[in-house]
Amino acid sequence: MDMTSENAELSAIVERYRDAEGGLLPALRDIQNTFGHISDAAKRQCAEVFNLSRAEVHGVASFYHDFRDQPTGKPVIRLCRAEACQARGGEALAAEAENMASGRVMIEPVYCLGLCSVGPNAMVGEQVHARLGKSDIARLIDEAAA
Amino acid sequence: MSRVICISDDALAIACGADRVAEAFAEAAPDAEIRRVSSWGMHWLEPLVEVDGIGFGPVTTDDVAAILDGSSEKRIGKVTEHPWIARQQRLTFARAGQTRPLDLGDYEDTGGWAGLKRARDMTPQAVLDEVKASGLRGRGGAGFPAGIKWQTVADAASTRKYIVCNADEGDSGTFADRMLMEGDPYCLIEGMAIAGHAVGAMQGYIYLRSEYPHAMAKLNAAIEASAHIVAPFQLEVRMGAGAYVCGEETSLLNSLEGKRGEVRAKPPLPAIEGLFGKPTVVNNVLTLAAIPWIMAHGGAAYADYGMGRSRGTMPIQIAGNVKHGGLYETAFGVTLGELVSDIGGGTDSGGTLRAVQVGGPLGAYFPPTLFDTPFDYESFAAKDGLIGHGGVVVFDDSVDMWAQARFAMEFCAHESCGKCTPCRIGSVRGMETLDRMRGGGRAGSDSVEALPQIRNTSGGVREASAELELITDLCDLMQSGSLCALGGFTPYPVMSAIRHFPEDFGIAEAAE
Repeated sequence: MDMTSENAELSAIVERYRDAEGGLLPALRDIQNTFGHISDAAKRQCAEVFNLSRAEVHGVASFYHDFRDQPTGKPVIRLCRAEACQARGGEALAAEAENMASGRVMIEPVYCLGLCSVGPNAMVGEQVHARLGKSDIARLIDEAAA
Repeated sequence: MSRVICISDDALAIACGADRVAEAFAEAAPDAEIRRVSSWGMHWLEPLVEVDGIGFGPVTTDDVAAILDGSSEKRIGKVTEHPWIARQQRLTFARAGQTRPLDLGDYEDTGGWAGLKRARDMTPQAVLDEVKASGLRGRGGAGFPAGIKWQTVADAASTRKYIVCNADEGDSGTFADRMLMEGDPYCLIEGMAIAGHAVGAMQGYIYLRSEYPHAMAKLNAAIEASAHIVAPFQLEVRMGAGAYVCGEETSLLNSLEGKRGEVRAKPPLPAIEGLFGKPTVVNNVLTLAAIPWIMAHGGAAYADYGMGRSRGTMPIQIAGNVKHGGLYETAFGVTLGELVSDIGGGTDSGGTLRAVQVGGPLGAYFPPTLFDTPFDYESFAAKDGLIGHGGVVVFDDSVDMWAQARFAMEFCAHESCGKCTPCRIGSVRGMETLDRMRGGGRAGSDSVEALPQIRNTSGGVREASAELELITDLCDLMQSGSLCALGGFTPYPVMSAIRHFPEDFGIAEAAE
């Protein structure tokens, strides 16, 4: 995507939420999903359209774990690290996943995917995976890295 | 007649491979009708396949041929007669496993919209009285009587009011909201429309956590398909952005307004000054989803279930290291021991059951000696615990309770919104104190204490027992000095772990 079309897309997203009640959060969500991060230019645009200071927009964007100010640059596997998965061996699996990924894939913690009776669980994009053993996580990492 | 094969399209079933199994059946039995239904909630059997009412599970693609020719060893008999299902009292989850989530026909055929129709034939006050008579209390954790909250909003004078559904189900060990939204979305929509009628609100928001994209898709489709039925009431789903604290109602409202999800001081109550300063009903998914049944069958019928001041049924979620995990809806009063041992079948690993955490990351750890505690709001409070959103997480004897206590503090530090000092800083100090406890205390003053300006510390060597005194004091402060349950309830898992499992902390016995 070149700069001009990127700017046009950014404007289109922000404009879509201009009149929505509490539109900043859905606008930031949309920007994050589209561009993989929320750039300074996007924050400026939001401040302008929602009539907020840039500090306020930055305050919101930096509050939520889902929003990044830099692209990750590699695929992300979100591995559940909450209590129910801990009870099913999630911590040992997380340590192994980190080793197996060896920088090819980002293993990110997530606190609960709501699949707590069949853990350890992971999410890649919007795909959910349950009952993960060592070989399963190895396959997920290889698929994501490919 | 062609065979009807039911396979769930719940996210948990899909995560266990239900989509692949459904494809395999479509290929192997092209003349059969394959229905993607909601999940029965017997999670250890997912993907569960039902062929003309007879269940098989857990099914892999290798089992397809044997199931179709009747030779499969994974046969569990008629699903409705399975003891795990037959023993339940399902009111909110009455349709689970049996209807296609987005099929309006299925919904109507199973009593859908009856509650809304009856409510609309009644005055708003009569609806409020019915909800009060049901004794329904908030299922999100706080347990506040729903009817009283609704009455406050109804009585508030305003041209604009809101119904907000809290679907930010962040507690580990809970999935009932997700299952309801994915499996029976019209039930939630009907409950919100009834609430709108009762308090005079025209707009509803469902605040959904971003970890639930399947629920998002189902809700959006259901809202569109049922818009003509609930009109003039309007609904919109808003997705959160990965902040646990946004499950707290005032923080959720700030987030819905597009702000940082920081907690607000109460009063003013959200019922009086809520979303955008307007009177707002904020209820959990399960609270709102209980409403259609109450309106269709009457508040008194709902209140017939339960014990003491906890009326009705609770969808309990059995999770963690447990053999038979899943969704178990039953009247209040079942004991914790029945839940984890009889119903849950003990640990999945086969190890000895050591601890059970009830109520999510902010809930207390219970040892087996407290398994006679009945599942209701007051009994759990009397044992220094809480039922929260009804999540029960089972641990075997490989668990290190010190690590669980430390994780509770770490989680609080990670998720604190930063508004209250005891939560923001106390949680970090809590981690440090627990670390020193594990190390048997500390050897001497730290670099700050050694400064000449610092005169009011005891300094020097500290035993583990002295660290215990510190963490007890810190927990007391967090509990009484935090605005919301994140800082206020983190002491529950920490102190319960210390009290019931002191051997993991290197101390003989916990101080009371």
